[in-house]
Amino acid sequence: MNHLISPMDLSSDQLDSILDLAGKIIERPEDYSQVCKGKILATLFYEPSTRTRLSFEAAMLRLGGEVLGFSEPSSSSAAKGESIADTIRTVGCYADIAVMRHPKEGAPKVASMYSQIPVINAGDGGHQHPTQTLTDLLTIKTIKGGFSNLTIGLCGDLKFGRTVHSLIKAMVKYDNVKFVLISPEELKIPEYIRTHILEKQNVEFIETTNLEENIGDLDILYMTRVQKERFFNEQDYIRLKDTYILDKEKMKSAPEDLIVMHPLPRVNEIALEVDSDPRAVYFKQAKYGMFVRMALMMQLLEVSI
Amino acid sequence: MRLKINSIKQGVVIDHIRAGQGTKIFNYLGLDKADFTVALIINAQSKKLGKKDMIKVENEINIDFAILGLIDPNITVNIIKDEAICEKIKLELPTTVEEAIKCKNPRCITSTEKHITDIFELVNREKGIYSCQYCDALYTIPNM
Repeated sequence: MNHLISPMDLSSDQLDSILDLAGKIIERPEDYSQVCKGKILATLFYEPSTRTRLSFEAAMLRLGGEVLGFSEPSSSSAAKGESIADTIRTVGCYADIAVMRHPKEGAPKVASMYSQIPVINAGDGGHQHPTQTLTDLLTIKTIKGGFSNLTIGLCGDLKFGRTVHSLIKAMVKYDNVKFVLISPEELKIPEYIRTHILEKQNVEFIETTNLEENIGDLDILYMTRVQKERFFNEQDYIRLKDTYILDKEKMKSAPEDLIVMHPLPRVNEIALEVDSDPRAVYFKQAKYGMFVRMALMMQLLEVSI
Repeated sequence: MRLKINSIKQGVVIDHIRAGQGTKIFNYLGLDKADFTVALIINAQSKKLGKKDMIKVENEINIDFAILGLIDPNITVNIIKDEAICEKIKLELPTTVEEAIKCKNPRCITSTEKHITDIFELVNREKGIYSCQYCDALYTIPNM
């Protein structure tokens, strides 16, 4: 494994290995505090992202390494018209590993084709976000104890929500996983996910617009934000943004062992009153995200304690 | 009345072209500029297809079978030597298509990044569906 561009890049063994290592880091973080001493992470963020960027930076700093990079394209050579291919070849001269977020789908893939150092996709448009998937998987594994026999409700923007696409691709590998896909008609799951992932692999799923009617059947409810930046027309965004709001009332119909996940940041789709519900795990999820990124970078850099 | 086209001594016969596709292939192969004998036969009778197009070329030409298969995977290419078929090539959809087609997804990196090759992988041979290697957008053959 040289790069992580799509969740499909990881075999089951590699995935297990990353999640196992993340579990060990959670138990004894001090043992890993110097394993990346002398290593440099380049953060190439062509699209603003506080959370993911800070998570990666914190992960590298907690491994004893250092960080350089840019957080928006205006402060990078991209503003001068440099290609991704040239940028990554240059960055490879300075850093040992790179993480890229880009508004265009497939941009990190292009970078990986030209790069001499490992490239991690930190989100490419509405396409893939594999480290969020690792975060989600570590959360599910840690709290639910495994991945099989789960009914997962995915709610909100399933069209542009890359975390949702990546999570589906990763979870279809496990036994008896069912999906309940809850979205407005305009934000339904893309055709390629429906036909080439779910139907092709005979995974049970339903598509619905109703959260209330389905919440009682779920083991996991994965809420997503309707992302303003994915819409060409602002009117569509305004019309759809508050379609689903999870509140205390809806949580009354949910099973006691349900967990509510969210990739964050949240806007209105989860009412603040839900935060105190023990089933709400989205802030724990953010912390798991840092640990799993530590594990991933260790494996890509081939370092160990 | 039956139209007669002489058989060729040395060259290529592209047969079983879906009626209506012959001109497209003729132009793709640049045969409109050929300085040797070529024949484009449109709407010939066919037991298998009802109607078909055919191209006869009295010369050796370089053919990218992958692209030809993409235009029409049912085509048969006959290589002719001394007035006889010496090789019969049955086309099929190529597993990978590079450069011949462009991704139309405006969110795909191929829409802005210069000097990168469009690459499509065949994901469903039966339905003729290709996927962009960069953004996963799907394309079905007739719409490509």
